[in-house]
Amino acid sequence: MTNQNGRFGIHGGQYIPETLMNAVIELEEAYNHYKNDPVFNRELTELLNEYAGRPSRLYFAEKMTQDLGGAKIYLKREDLNHTGAHKINNVLGQALLAKKMGKTRLIAETGAGQHGVATATAAALMGMECVVFMGEEDTVRQALNVYRMRLLGAEVIPVKTGTATLKDAVSEAMREWTSRINDTHYCLGSVMGPHPFPTIVRDFQAVISKEIKEQIIEKEGRLPDAVIACVGGGSNAIGSFYHFIGDKDVRLIGCEAAGRGIDTFETAATVNTGRIGIFHGMKSYFCQDEYGQIAPVYSISAGLDYPGVGPEHAYLHDIGRAEYVPVTDDEAVNAFEYLAKTEGIIPAIESAHAVAHAMKIAPTMDKNKIIVITISGRGDKDCAAIARYRGEDIHE
Amino acid sequence: MSNIKKAFENGKAFIAFITCGDPDLETTASAVRAAAENGADLIELGIPFSDPTAEGPDIQGANLRALDGGITTDKIFAFVKELRRDVKVPMVFMTYANVVFSYGAEKFISTCKNIEIDGLILPDLPFEEKEEFQPLCKQYGVDLISLIAPASENRIAMIAKEAEGFLYIVSSLGVTGTRSEIKTDLAAMVKVVRENTDVPCAIGFGISTPEQAKKMADISDGAIVGSAIIKLLEKYGKEAPKYIGEYVKSMKDAIR
Repeated sequence: MTNQNGRFGIHGGQYIPETLMNAVIELEEAYNHYKNDPVFNRELTELLNEYAGRPSRLYFAEKMTQDLGGAKIYLKREDLNHTGAHKINNVLGQALLAKKMGKTRLIAETGAGQHGVATATAAALMGMECVVFMGEEDTVRQALNVYRMRLLGAEVIPVKTGTATLKDAVSEAMREWTSRINDTHYCLGSVMGPHPFPTIVRDFQAVISKEIKEQIIEKEGRLPDAVIACVGGGSNAIGSFYHFIGDKDVRLIGCEAAGRGIDTFETAATVNTGRIGIFHGMKSYFCQDEYGQIAPVYSISAGLDYPGVGPEHAYLHDIGRAEYVPVTDDEAVNAFEYLAKTEGIIPAIESAHAVAHAMKIAPTMDKNKIIVITISGRGDKDCAAIARYRGEDIHE
Repeated sequence: MSNIKKAFENGKAFIAFITCGDPDLETTASAVRAAAENGADLIELGIPFSDPTAEGPDIQGANLRALDGGITTDKIFAFVKELRRDVKVPMVFMTYANVVFSYGAEKFISTCKNIEIDGLILPDLPFEEKEEFQPLCKQYGVDLISLIAPASENRIAMIAKEAEGFLYIVSSLGVTGTRSEIKTDLAAMVKVVRENTDVPCAIGFGISTPEQAKKMADISDGAIVGSAIIKLLEKYGKEAPKYIGEYVKSMKDAIR
């Protein structure tokens, strides 16, 4: 799917300072070597299975299915992974790769804190130093995750510049990487940034769709009619879509954070409201003003609060292979509460965006149709924020 | 002939960076004139970007102050057109790829030509991506300035061979900002540059004192200073041009 220069159609590329070029070239060469190395793959599979708890379950949500009265709903339970989200899949791969490359230090950006926690976890496991950049506003929204990272031995640096959210954390991690490339690997958390990151992260997350395919064939004897996942940068979504891209009858639906609505300025729905631009190392869709200044985006979800989208998603949108739909804060919060009460599963507020869209379309589909929703993470981290959204002030 | 070459005809070149619109365009105009009158051989005009990933805190701050003040690419184009009536020193724009791309590359680059901007520096456009704008720059006679960095190593020859205008040598790893010491073996980098091109090269990132400027100019064709000037603007605001003039004079005198 990627061509030689890391392009997905017109998207992708390597729009980064010269200082980082040899670092990304070194990373690409190492990845091309190790991705086919049997020892590397054996070690990674062992880590994913024994440490992270893969394969994750594909759970038939029977009560939700009955309640909505339409398509059969399965939940891909990435929330059950060690550290509570899909982020660990990518991080274990990148940390192992970095270690093979002789790097001793991992840096990462984080929004909701899940990628930061996963990176801190892998660093602890592999005996590496770890520094996580997190928007100051997000350190407040996700205080519990900040503590978890520190507990795991990572240093958390609150980023105060710009909007003090995920995009600023990415910028700051990039700046840090330019100052220290010899011993440091930038463990990017989503399918974004300069080539080869969108490809590497997608490959490490593709285990999600590989498992969904095997599991749904075992349970239903056929492929699903739709796969639904939330999209910020888009790593759990591309992981959920990847092995279905060639299966044209499987609808691939990415759910973007619409915030207070795509007709307001308080939104993070990049494909729905943005236009093509160049930022954070890639050409893709971005929320921006008429002069190309990156827009301050908004979502209740710190993990989807990003003004861009991974280049492969931009391409899947361009060719019409995947659909990208907006889901508002209100809809996501309703879905968060709905899944908790209906199935006894508290999803991450990010994942709740995907649940919300499934709640809209499942009732319109025949009972013999099948939907898979990826529950990218668990929602413990969001409980305080959702309580506040509902006007209840709880203290952890 | 590239107008930028003229910047290297008065001995070693002193190159000054000024962010447009910090704190306002009136001050920028005075600052540019003060720099030019006191010996700056080339002016880099920064078009602010909301998320300048190659900049340290000083220039980040200038970008955000200017944007908060309502600066836009169109206002900067009109400003430069006016400035060009009397300011003849070579000038280039320094900004980020999205500012050019989003404006419409051809519209942006042809406007540069019309308002006599001689070159374009885009820190997030490495050699591998220069095809994005290079053909249009060539068409309109605007030099697309290449950068090389301490980590460039085996890439220096390749970049130097296709360089135009001047080559911007980044002195240190990391982002822009003043530094007490520059440790990179820059002489070795310049040697590779010289073997591969006749285009002049100037060193930037981290330079603030006349002593540093002299050291850098001695091993190359000039010194580039940004953050130190931006700090004067931050400190003195509308009064800064006077101090910028004095500062530029001290720097140019040191490297002359």
